[in-house]
Amino acid sequence: MSTLDKRMSAADIVSRLQSGMTLGIGGWGPRRKPMALVREILRSDLTDLTIVSYGGPDVGMLCAAGKVKKLIFAFVSLDAIPLEPWFRKSREAGAIEVLELDEGMFQWGLKAAAFQLPFLPTRVGLGTDLIELGGLKTVQSPYDDGEVLVAMPALNLDAALVHVQRCDHRGNVQALGPDTYYDEWFAKAAKECFVSCEELVPAMEDAYPQDARANLFERCFVTGVTEAKGGAHPTSLPPDYGWDMGWFKRYAAAAKDPGDWAAVAGQFVGASEAEYLASVGGMEAVGALPLPVF
Amino acid sequence: MASLAELCIVAVAEAFRTDRELIGTGIGPVPRLGVGLAKLTHSPGLMMTDGEAFLVEQPVPIGPRGYDDRKPAGYLPFSRFFDSAVWTGRRHAMVTPTQVDRFGQTNLSALGGTHAQPKTQMLGARGFPGNGIYHANSMFIPVHSARVFVAGEVDRISSPGYNPARRIAGGNYSAIDLKRIVTNLCVMDFGGPDHAVRVVTLHPGVTFAEVQAATGFDLIDAVAGETPLPTAEQLGIIEKLDPHGIRHSVLADNPPAQRSAS
Repeated sequence: MSTLDKRMSAADIVSRLQSGMTLGIGGWGPRRKPMALVREILRSDLTDLTIVSYGGPDVGMLCAAGKVKKLIFAFVSLDAIPLEPWFRKSREAGAIEVLELDEGMFQWGLKAAAFQLPFLPTRVGLGTDLIELGGLKTVQSPYDDGEVLVAMPALNLDAALVHVQRCDHRGNVQALGPDTYYDEWFAKAAKECFVSCEELVPAMEDAYPQDARANLFERCFVTGVTEAKGGAHPTSLPPDYGWDMGWFKRYAAAAKDPGDWAAVAGQFVGASEAEYLASVGGMEAVGALPLPVF
Repeated sequence: MASLAELCIVAVAEAFRTDRELIGTGIGPVPRLGVGLAKLTHSPGLMMTDGEAFLVEQPVPIGPRGYDDRKPAGYLPFSRFFDSAVWTGRRHAMVTPTQVDRFGQTNLSALGGTHAQPKTQMLGARGFPGNGIYHANSMFIPVHSARVFVAGEVDRISSPGYNPARRIAGGNYSAIDLKRIVTNLCVMDFGGPDHAVRVVTLHPGVTFAEVQAATGFDLIDAVAGETPLPTAEQLGIIEKLDPHGIRHSVLADNPPAQRSAS
């Protein structure tokens, strides 16, 4: 029996990934993104990735850095800055392949993968360009109704990355906050799921037993855990911290001037996570970022 | 005197009039204020969120506020939005697409170029395909022009409409339900033959010819009068829902509801 000790460094996690893999990234737009792990990928020589994401700055940065071969997405947005500037540049340069989906089809594809099914049927996509552009197929109900439906293919992931508030060494996670989006399904759709957290505790049952309902997915879906304080920055992680609007504005402005990722990557990625966190004012500054209101 | 934006908010509220209990989603200040106004006046069955994850019975005022000012009465996070609101058909949304065509097909994805290399990349299809096939939808277009209401078809079809050429045999399109289009010039619906777009009310001082000239496809003149001006009660509710006056910056130069004679 193994010790179930799943602790690893962010660099260990990225060393287990390979160029050409399909990676799912949890969160939603500028919210609860596993940005510390994304930054670690940006510091690595990984390339040729297929990224599956409800996209925010994770997608924009990976596109800008030339890490992305193909993007599977329904939107890419920073919310307060609706159009993600670096993603736009990549698309308008024809630099990446895409599979554009509806938000609901997207989670349906994750669920198909989680349940080890080839597809799940849906009406979503009918009457739109997504079917033809995405090469999606239809399937007919075998029952008397005979309805023709879109067969949303499973979005099988080689690995998934998510960021939560708390983990223990065995991979028991707790995700607080008002919304956890589809992180649960990213975890279950992946061969391996790596979780970064604000706080790594020795044993969840001793540390936070009262919050067990925040256990978003079971530890059998967790391959590795790592502590990364401020690990969602510049995206939000309610109730801990909001997104960093000043950062988003600098990042968006840099897409126009100088418009060259290589010239600004250091500023937005940092040579190490410690250096990055210090550059944005440390946890004191991150923890003071106001929660966004809508 | 009421502004044109406030007149539009009242027209949005009218578009959301319902006896049902369903989620009302207005994306953007004018649609959201209109849903709130409908909920607080003629359509109390409407359900709204705080824009984040919680259902509220008191519509949350738009603009800066304390995070905890909203009072949750229920819960509708993204993590169950498709299960609860969209794929059950219990929703009416109003959005602002970049392009709309005569079939009610909309585009939020990209303009021009090719799929591999669009001239202008926009948001992506978001939830438009699912919204369109499963529940009622309306639109708010703040600048009525032939650039939005395009000739032919939209560049990319993000949400389905009433185009017979885009339907496959055996598909179920029965829930496609396009309600109203509120613009800075008029209110339109899809009540013509084969769901053709009709102008049903003109904002004060606007002519049908002016609307047609600003539209890339043929419209049906079904004008039944002027779009109603807001009442004092409605203006009071709108002010409470928009204490910072964000509505005043939606339309260029914040014109009055009634055009001055010229």
